[in-house]
Amino acid sequence: MAKKAVKQTNGSRVDQFPAPTPAEVAALASCARHGNKPDELLEIFHDLQHQLGYVPDATLPVIAKALNRSRAEIYGVLTFYHEFKRHPVGKHVVKICRAEACQSMGTDALCQHAEKSLGTSLGGTTADGMVTIEQVFCLGNCALSPAIMVGEKLYGKVDPKRFDEIIGGLEKEAAE
Amino acid sequence: MIKIFVPRDAAALSVGADEVAAAIASEAKKRKLEVEIVRNGSRGMLYLEPLVEVTTANGRVAYGPVAPSDVASLFDAGFLDGKAHALGHGLTEEIPYFKNQERLTFARCGITDPLSIEDYRSHGGFAGLAKALQMKPIDIVTEVTTSGLRGRGGAGFPTGIKWKTVHDLPAGEKYVACNADEGDSGTFADRMLMEGDPFCLIEGMTIAAIAGGAQKGYIYVRSEYPHSVHVLREAIEIARRANWLGDNIQGTKHSFDLFVRMGAGAYICGEETSMLESIEGKRGIVRYKPPIPAIEGLFGKPTIINNVMSFAAVPIIIDKGGEFYRDYGVGRSRGTLAFQIAGNIKQGGLVEKAFGVTTRQLIEDWGGGTATGRPVRAVQVGGPLGAYIPESKFDVSMDYEEFAKVDAMVGHGGLVVFDDTVDMAKQARFAMEFCTIESCGKCTPCRIGSTRGVEVIDKIIDDVDREKNLALLEDLCVTMADGSLCAMGGLTPFPVMSAVRGFPEDFHKPSPNKFLADAAE
Repeated sequence: MAKKAVKQTNGSRVDQFPAPTPAEVAALASCARHGNKPDELLEIFHDLQHQLGYVPDATLPVIAKALNRSRAEIYGVLTFYHEFKRHPVGKHVVKICRAEACQSMGTDALCQHAEKSLGTSLGGTTADGMVTIEQVFCLGNCALSPAIMVGEKLYGKVDPKRFDEIIGGLEKEAAE
Repeated sequence: MIKIFVPRDAAALSVGADEVAAAIASEAKKRKLEVEIVRNGSRGMLYLEPLVEVTTANGRVAYGPVAPSDVASLFDAGFLDGKAHALGHGLTEEIPYFKNQERLTFARCGITDPLSIEDYRSHGGFAGLAKALQMKPIDIVTEVTTSGLRGRGGAGFPTGIKWKTVHDLPAGEKYVACNADEGDSGTFADRMLMEGDPFCLIEGMTIAAIAGGAQKGYIYVRSEYPHSVHVLREAIEIARRANWLGDNIQGTKHSFDLFVRMGAGAYICGEETSMLESIEGKRGIVRYKPPIPAIEGLFGKPTIINNVMSFAAVPIIIDKGGEFYRDYGVGRSRGTLAFQIAGNIKQGGLVEKAFGVTTRQLIEDWGGGTATGRPVRAVQVGGPLGAYIPESKFDVSMDYEEFAKVDAMVGHGGLVVFDDTVDMAKQARFAMEFCTIESCGKCTPCRIGSTRGVEVIDKIIDDVDREKNLALLEDLCVTMADGSLCAMGGLTPFPVMSAVRGFPEDFHKPSPNKFLADAAE
């Protein structure tokens, strides 16, 4: 919410605030919900990502001010963690586990299949904006590998065929 | 009314437990039968999930793995009376996989409704805390020391000593922090306990708080475990309402409150000081030690930090005494460890056993060999920073000391099994790659060393100056092991060098990019 100096009719200048964007409002509200406490910064980012799908850069100055921290610190935290996204993602985020247990059950082939069938690489989003695929390291489902997670839903024993069924389910859901 | 159990554990859900529960409910309705469906934790026999259990006069009878399409035939076969079915396994407690375990920490997991405090109490829950509330803090510390409990997160540091350090510091602001950032591949014990018996963790942490004189506690759960976060938050709320948390617990002078913090996909936050930074809302950068966190931990105050498994072992230690727990195990590794059999395995799951069991017993007797039916070639024990062990070491007793003697570590007891199609050079490369992705970047050996490690292994694979680069890799590994600030860079050489030493043939294959090797000559 950068201040803008506006010239008045009487020649004096006053500072005016442009109306805050919805993202900025959401950021302020989230900070307030967390008591403007700096130690709850990760929770605030989770909140925003949950609401907006990502954490827009425009919210960082707002958060910095609310928590009484520098923008650099807030930016530093946001960019440190793999989970937080700074740009819009697909409607569904599909995390494919690439860690050792899943490797032993063919996750490399699964990743290749996912990239090919969805026409995007890990970290990318399908052209229709439906699905973002990304790599993660361990979903804690190592006895039922390979594992993937769609939103908060975990799937085990995911071979390419089952992967297609799961993605097909998402598309069907969207069509309805 | 007949009770039917369908787990709500994330692993069970991942193979359709919700759908099975819904199918049972609708089939029962269709047949006008009154049933009560309880969503329990997992028994740990993950290869049988979704494992449906029915209460009968003789005990609980197990059926699994059940698909929604099996439900009608289960009703037809009379599963409500525990009758035979192709998916039937008889009494759950008599299944050898389950029967041959020594369940102390996981005594209740899969048996009770995880969010029923009455269920928890009727299965011995809060007995340890009730006792601890009447004990002198130093006596709690002594009991834990007597038990021989060592940090179950992997490092194996004696829990009693940690607690004593915090206990001996002057009273004031102190914390208890639970490391539930279970990021290692091949491990799911923390998750299973948090989702299957959350009060056990709450109880263990509260006992730690009394022992150390802490007022506030945090559970740091990774964001990949949303189910665990939901269950824990609910369980904490329930415990508060029942006055097992909060002010003047059960009318005593002890007060303690507990909060859940969610990580954000950073493996390094499983390192204790990095976790503290993260709980404080900062980048998960590792701190220098000393000062140790027991003296200057969370928000600069004395902090007891333990893993989920360590805290969860405490209630039974206080309830039944340190000696009871110490009587399990071998040598200086006392008690039980929740072994987790994962990866390419026919019967994956959780096996809680006293220390001293062997890798072979776990992967053959319990695991039943590989899922693919091919021979086992390597087992990575103790997560991504653990060694790959070849078949020649499968008979080594699984305890901290014996495993260390063969340049491996038991760690938290996670086993990832690979069959004979595994390429160990690729696995070694991955260990370095993983370190480049997850290093916090504070120290050079870890940050730069891992990047150079990937490059060197690529050259070895490509047969570019192979022998020279193998020597260089060994040198690099020594630098990383000796020079890194924490276990991330310090232990990455373990999987790498164990692969090089245990499986040298994989590092001497013809190059897949022969022209590179030729060009180098």
